Amino acid sequence: MSAHGSVIPPSSSRNRAKDIGFRALLLSCLVASVALLALLFYDVFGDGAGSLSFDFLTKFSSAFPEKAGIQSAITGTLWLMGVCAVFIVPVGVATAIYLEEYADPNRWWNRMIEVNIQNLAAVPSIVYGILGLAFLVRGPLSLGRVVLAGGLTLGLLVLPVVIISGREAIRSVPPSIREGSMALGATQWQTIWKQVLPASIPGIATGVILALSRAIGETAPLILVGAASFVAFNPSGLDSPFTALPLQIFDWISRPQPEFKALAAAAIIVLLAILLAMNSVAIWLRNRYEQRW
Amino acid sequence: MEAGTTATRATPGAPALGVARKRYGEQAIKAALFGAALISILTTVGIVVSLLGETIAFFGEVGVWEFVTGTEWAPLFSEPSYGVLPLLGGTLLITGIAIIVAIPLGIGSAVYLSEYARPRVRKTLKPILEVLAGIPTIVFGYFALTYFTPVVLKDLLGIEVQVFNALSAGIVMGFMVLPTIASVSEDAMSAVPQSLREGAFGLGASKLQVSTRIVVPAALSGIVAAIVLGVSRAIGETMIVLVAAGQVPNLGIDPKQSYETMTTFIAATGKGDIPTGSIGYKTIFAVGTALFLLTLLMNAIAIRFVRRYRQVYE
Repeated sequence: MSAHGSVIPPSSSRNRAKDIGFRALLLSCLVASVALLALLFYDVFGDGAGSLSFDFLTKFSSAFPEKAGIQSAITGTLWLMGVCAVFIVPVGVATAIYLEEYADPNRWWNRMIEVNIQNLAAVPSIVYGILGLAFLVRGPLSLGRVVLAGGLTLGLLVLPVVIISGREAIRSVPPSIREGSMALGATQWQTIWKQVLPASIPGIATGVILALSRAIGETAPLILVGAASFVAFNPSGLDSPFTALPLQIFDWISRPQPEFKALAAAAIIVLLAILLAMNSVAIWLRNRYEQRW
Repeated sequence: MEAGTTATRATPGAPALGVARKRYGEQAIKAALFGAALISILTTVGIVVSLLGETIAFFGEVGVWEFVTGTEWAPLFSEPSYGVLPLLGGTLLITGIAIIVAIPLGIGSAVYLSEYARPRVRKTLKPILEVLAGIPTIVFGYFALTYFTPVVLKDLLGIEVQVFNALSAGIVMGFMVLPTIASVSEDAMSAVPQSLREGAFGLGASKLQVSTRIVVPAALSGIVAAIVLGVSRAIGETMIVLVAAGQVPNLGIDPKQSYETMTTFIAATGKGDIPTGSIGYKTIFAVGTALFLLTLLMNAIAIRFVRRYRQVYE
């Protein structure tokens, strides 16, 4: 790899000044991100903090801004996350185990599964919404716009995240652990179940939390598979219509009255607080249980 | 011969030493795990089948040529018109604005983190990009609509933009895409062998020269991959444009105006209870197919470039 052909001139004090300027320029790129984040938080908290109260969390959605709250959005989001977790944990972990422990990378079908997961990770979320609309809400399964359809759509969307981080966690368990277990007469599955999985649980759990925190903020697919109209009740089961925090936020943003914008900002604060809590747990897990072999 | 005698001496029916007994339980577990792995394949198949089925039905009613080259998009009017170019144009305009913002900021951040920041500084600065990457896009949309357009663009910079406009959505989207570009190109820069840098320093190069003339060129394929991935994310982004860029099909290049993108159209049309089998329902899938193909192409290009830089240094 010939990076360049020119002879580099010796450094001088002018070069040093350029160097410092360049460094400042690079740093300002990062500072731009900080500034944008600061403005964003300033905007959201400034608009929404006034509407935030215990009442706001417990009231249902309403056509009157002063009576509106987000209880049904919070319960809807919890239901969605429940369905999503029940789907992605077994399927994601099983796929990760298969790819790391069993799959022979020389077989074309295993390579295809890997490339496919890479591609799925980059498919726009709205396309998953189309999939949910065509297969789950209508078409073959015809579930309707219900919790199960929403949760599964989000599950399919974040499944690659769980698989990819699960594989990393499993790969970080050193081969010597497996060899020791096998040498003592354990079968391959006993080795995986009793040695590899327990050692990789913190990494897997971190991946699952990150996947759920991605799912919780997703709006676009839920627009297609979510509540068709106004929902002012908590979901009663998997076959119940629902709304969710991001959907409620979107609904309020779309209304012209400024009062609803304030409600949207307040709901965004709640959403960001939930995300912060989830990410803190993930970071804590990673630091607390991170094993150095 | 000896193996044979051992086998005959052992209890009849027991397998010879060293030959594993067939473990059916183990095989069943492997099959079950493979079954789970197949779900991801089924997802892709499901996406392709659902998109293609309705898209073919759509092209039974609308000519492919009209769809691809038509300059007017009005599928739900009484006199409908199905030219996808305005949606494609809107998508590319906003993506272009986003990428103009994200490329310098993303690569600048990556060079800083990879070449300049000391480990401790790195550890405190890198989470900023992670926070940026973790913000739900609906929140960016809210910010673009309620703050960036009225306060930053109108009041501060004095640009006469419409309430919904491509400029605000594009710039804010640039910050959404930035972490992708920064982290993928930083990976590529970290993969550049230390010996290349040391060689240049040994010849008297300054840090600026090493960064711009050694590291960036050597990591170029990774950086290109990062940009392509960023473009792909911007094309597929829905909420920022839906909230802040409006829903007016518009085949122009003035970023102060309102535009409709492919993703906005899908979301806005799929929101209502549009009857299955109607032409409106089918347009969702036709536009979805175009979007899917576009992002697939971008990802194929990105994967190709990533492979190239991995091959060189690993």
